[in-house]
Amino acid sequence: MEKVLMKGNEALGEAAMRAGCKCFFGYPITPQTELSAYLAKHMAKRGGAFLQAESEIAAVNMVLGASSCGVRAMTSSSSPGISLKSEGISYIAGSDLPCVIVNVQRGGPGLGGIQPSQSDYWQATKALGHGDFQLLVYAPASVQETVDMTFKAFDEADRYRMPAMILSDGLLGQMMEPVMFPDIVPDIPEKPWACCGHKNKREHNIINSLYLKPDELENSVLERYKRYDAVKRECTDAEAYLCDDAEIVITAYGASARVAKSAVNAAREKGIKAGLFRPKTLYPYPVNEINEACQSAKTVLSVEMSMGQMVDDVKLALNCRIPVEFFGRTGGIIPTPSEVLEKIESLNERSR
Amino acid sequence: MAVVFEKPHALCDVANHYCPGCTHGIIHRLVAEVIDEMGIEGDTVGICPVGCSVMAYDYFNCDMIEAPHGRAPAVATGVKRAKPDSVVFTYQGDGDLAAIGTCETVHAAARGENITVIFVNNTIYGMTGGQMAPTTIPGQVTQTTPYGRDPKLQGFPLKVCELLAQADGTALAQRVSVDSIPHIREAKKAIRKAFENQVNKRGFSIVEILSTCPTNWGMTPLEALERVRTDMIPYYPLGVFKDKDVWNREEDK
Amino acid sequence: MLTEIIFSGFGGQGILFAGKCLAYSAMILGAEISWLPSYGPEMRGGTANCSVCISDEPIGSPLVTEPDILIAMNTPSFDKFEPAVKPEGVIIVDSNMTERKSQRKDINCFYVPAAQIAQENELAGMANIILLGKLIKECPDKLNGVTAETAEKAFRKIIPVSREAMILKNISALTLGMTC
Repeated sequence: MEKVLMKGNEALGEAAMRAGCKCFFGYPITPQTELSAYLAKHMAKRGGAFLQAESEIAAVNMVLGASSCGVRAMTSSSSPGISLKSEGISYIAGSDLPCVIVNVQRGGPGLGGIQPSQSDYWQATKALGHGDFQLLVYAPASVQETVDMTFKAFDEADRYRMPAMILSDGLLGQMMEPVMFPDIVPDIPEKPWACCGHKNKREHNIINSLYLKPDELENSVLERYKRYDAVKRECTDAEAYLCDDAEIVITAYGASARVAKSAVNAAREKGIKAGLFRPKTLYPYPVNEINEACQSAKTVLSVEMSMGQMVDDVKLALNCRIPVEFFGRTGGIIPTPSEVLEKIESLNERSR
Repeated sequence: MAVVFEKPHALCDVANHYCPGCTHGIIHRLVAEVIDEMGIEGDTVGICPVGCSVMAYDYFNCDMIEAPHGRAPAVATGVKRAKPDSVVFTYQGDGDLAAIGTCETVHAAARGENITVIFVNNTIYGMTGGQMAPTTIPGQVTQTTPYGRDPKLQGFPLKVCELLAQADGTALAQRVSVDSIPHIREAKKAIRKAFENQVNKRGFSIVEILSTCPTNWGMTPLEALERVRTDMIPYYPLGVFKDKDVWNREEDK
Repeated sequence: MLTEIIFSGFGGQGILFAGKCLAYSAMILGAEISWLPSYGPEMRGGTANCSVCISDEPIGSPLVTEPDILIAMNTPSFDKFEPAVKPEGVIIVDSNMTERKSQRKDINCFYVPAAQIAQENELAGMANIILLGKLIKECPDKLNGVTAETAEKAFRKIIPVSREAMILKNISALTLGMTC
């Protein structure tokens, strides 16, 4: 298949359909709008169901329903809308249902702004609803990666029976880049647990997150955390760029990693041994990979479009073995490569 | 020996958790009888609410999903859009359907979603111990209206069937009661119609069933049934508020 | 080599489209490209702009802050982006839309009465493509080999076959831009 030029949001919609997504439920919000619009145009023609829900809350619960039937289902929103979905996401996780949730992040808190941001990192990786649970969180940094990760998100969500999130942002969603689409996924795995009518051939299935007896609830959570252990072993993904001899390693994901990469290249031209470590999965966090990438590092610098959220995970992953600095812009401001370069240069000066 | 009475197949053979004298048991049975009689158990997916009937997934033999509070119509919509040939019903109380889930309910009706909604109205939050519900009648004493519901302070109750009858997507909006044998027979007919509407793709169907809560009303079961007749039916009149085929107009003629 | 370009003007002037045509042309030639629009309320009648990056290596930040090339189709965007253009850079201005001239000595500035040319040739609304033609003519070494031919291929990719007349109009506008 030839390369096409597509917006990140639209490419994500196309990828979802090719990955076997049969149901999409959403609610309008900038800057994810093109994703819903694309699916509205194409989904029904390809045998799927698109529905604009009355609210973000309804949309995520429609996903809960569709996923309960065993079909691949997705919803998408931007930051304030994701907050509204958090109730449903907790129930989906508690009911061991797979689904894909897209967050095309914008600035917050509150109504915030509509320009790109990465200030929902904590929400995505730590607290997307009440209770003990996690989502798989994928952080693409290009339109192509958005597509590839959408396929992966559906597959892994099914494999581990847990929700997966594509943590995009306004920049990745709105920009166009050349992209190639993988082939259509012909069959999705059988789901014997699905609630689609027992056809008088089996016992009735129940999708539920209620356990009134504490020991039963604890057991259900422990069982889920065994799966999370497997996820941590099997699903981490990251890119290490020029890290082999790097004395300053920048950590950044998604859009800010692109800015950081430009800054790293500029630093190398100035003879500074800089490298970039880019997590592609934010949960599970690539702990082994970051330690490997930082073997020669004297300083680590987390670059984010937030006030500093992923930096906590960087410190935890490195066990505070190496000093970890932070540089970020927030509120919808995209840091420039020269700003990041300046920070790298000052750190380089200091370490001399 | 001839069998004259037995448990419907669509009901699980387990003891339920409902209080003595609560009419949830009767309503469960009516729904299960209809599922049996229509032979649809294998295609049916039930959606439980949050409230007293939260554990209905243990009582119905069809596939069951437990929804977040108020979201059952949205979950049902998801199921129906994913599997249009399934038979989907929600089973919801007044707090779930008419307070926290009003938005989901009204919009499922407006879309003409082909689902069946069993709405159990006992004018109180039972599971949490008897607080004011959106359907609590003026003057009614609850834990959170200890001096009786005063419309000037707490507003008026919501009349759900009257409200949903206004939605173009509503095929059936009917209020029934289970306080007496004739009313129970009437209720079963309405439930049957609500399921048949769905199978025939006629639109959104809701059956509101006036129900009792002896525990939180502080009454004996018999007193509770009497209250349905003396207090509730006068405020919530029984009857059909809408009966129209939304999607197959020619058959309607 | 990385070339960073900003297309800017009012919403409705085809700023985003012109940028997309250039990006598509470079993509056809196998270059790495990115296209990033401004979005939000400013699209509804305010200023609109897009960043286009063309490179032979993967593109880092797609947001252009210091362009090598600026296309400006109104005064506000000319004022806004002119100081940011890199030394040795190029500015192409629709001189019907702004009377001001650049005072900078370290850049090449071209003034094209694109709106008027479009009007005279029954190509109303195609000043954007006239300026794209001028860009292709003046910056052959900066666009990874983009020519009128590749731009024509891009039109045919972007505009549906059913709108052949529109494709032809775009080609005419591009040709006019290449000759002025």
